Amino acid sequence: MLSAADASAVRLTLELASLTTALLLLLGTPIAWWLARTTSRWKGPIAAGVALPLVLPPTVLGFYLLLLCGPNGAIGRLSAALGLGTLPFTFGGLVVGSTLYSLPFVVQPLQNSFEAIGARPLEVAATLGAGPWDRFFTVAVPLARKGFITAAILGFAHTVGEFGVVLMIGGGIPNKTRVLSVAIYEHVEALEYSDAQFLAAGLVAFSFLVLLALYSLRADSRPS
Amino acid sequence: MNRRLMWCWSSCLLLLATPTRASEVSVAVASNFAGPMQIIADAFAKKTGHHVTMVTGATGKLYAQIKNGAPFEVLLAADDTTPAKLEAEGLGVAGTRFSYAFGKLALYSSKAGYVDTAGAILGQGGFQHLAIANPKLAPYGAAAISVLRELHLLEMLRPKFVQGENIAQTLEFVVTGNAELGFVALSQILVSGKAREGSYWLVPEQLYPALRQDAVLLKKGEKNAAARALATYLRTESARRVIERHGYGLPPAPSGEHSEAPPHASK
Repeated sequence: MLSAADASAVRLTLELASLTTALLLLLGTPIAWWLARTTSRWKGPIAAGVALPLVLPPTVLGFYLLLLCGPNGAIGRLSAALGLGTLPFTFGGLVVGSTLYSLPFVVQPLQNSFEAIGARPLEVAATLGAGPWDRFFTVAVPLARKGFITAAILGFAHTVGEFGVVLMIGGGIPNKTRVLSVAIYEHVEALEYSDAQFLAAGLVAFSFLVLLALYSLRADSRPS
Repeated sequence: MNRRLMWCWSSCLLLLATPTRASEVSVAVASNFAGPMQIIADAFAKKTGHHVTMVTGATGKLYAQIKNGAPFEVLLAADDTTPAKLEAEGLGVAGTRFSYAFGKLALYSSKAGYVDTAGAILGQGGFQHLAIANPKLAPYGAAAISVLRELHLLEMLRPKFVQGENIAQTLEFVVTGNAELGFVALSQILVSGKAREGSYWLVPEQLYPALRQDAVLLKKGEKNAAARALATYLRTESARRVIERHGYGLPPAPSGEHSEAPPHASK
């Protein structure tokens, strides 16, 4: 039932989602930490910027990426001058696009759990002589563990389901940018409904399981 | 203030309730033909007083919508298989199919002087990306594949393919410079009779099977005189002039008979 091309799309999707999630945790953690602690007047604009992908249609993001990162765009010129080539039509381009697109799904749960910790445990740690890095890794991170799990699961699942951005900048190249959602879309458009259903049902089941895991985890570990 | 709001609201409701159905026709149009169809629809509305509601989309998508009960009365497809299929499935009115245009394929680059007028650049290479429409979904993509096969360049160029899900997206790849060149529809690069900035090769028509675009009267429009009138209007001389000006080939001119579809002969 699963053709070689579709199997490759599934594999590519999992690779994309894993890499994107790792990158998102690396990038999202400092942003979320800063947003949770800061009293800067930039807090509002930065938080709004992070949340933008929640409300913008992905095609808008894809369109701007295509314009800015292409050979005629500002970022594209820069990356080409650095010898990195241009982002559209590459796997790296998809990673960048997905990272931007899933950013709020990682930053917001992290920010919430950092905020929930409050200042007190950190102050106590400070009076006991812990430096800022020590406070972060031995106090904040363990206390925000659930936030990290939620963020990772949401970031991963959201990237698996991503469609608009990858369609706009991917170019549907087999083994490179033809991911699961694009494969499903192609099957539907080509009226190959049974192939489409096979993949789509798999995606529905996968997404349900992921969310089920997420919500059971949350229910289990409600702080008393 | 409140009263004024109420007044606005009630007049909106009144406007919505005004019956205009009698002379309305709803037409589903393949995206590539949206531009010329808008002009044709406006002229048709002016001439007959019928109001045209236009929905554009990929032919496959329109087909799926029609199958699932979309209220379209006429379909202008980007191919000839979809109208035939609809007719066979009883969703199109038998005997009302006709070709309204023939698509022309062009190899286009947004850089002036990049594409030569014989398409020799394809063999020379020197580009990273060649944009084509997904051949599985878009007739223009399938046509591009057959051109490359005819030129014995298919296997050499396949690794450079980037696919748009339709020709609009394919053009976007080329216009934004992300792909140096791409196979698009001539109709996309002609803006009111003049070519866009850049360079193109009009691919000889013997290199690909005819891109016949057929229309069909749908079951929902069978009883609507305005729908039939629109189908007839598409074959008038003034509509044909619009179609040609937008970079399409024309089917043979219809003879005196106006409700009969012209034969499916190639030109």
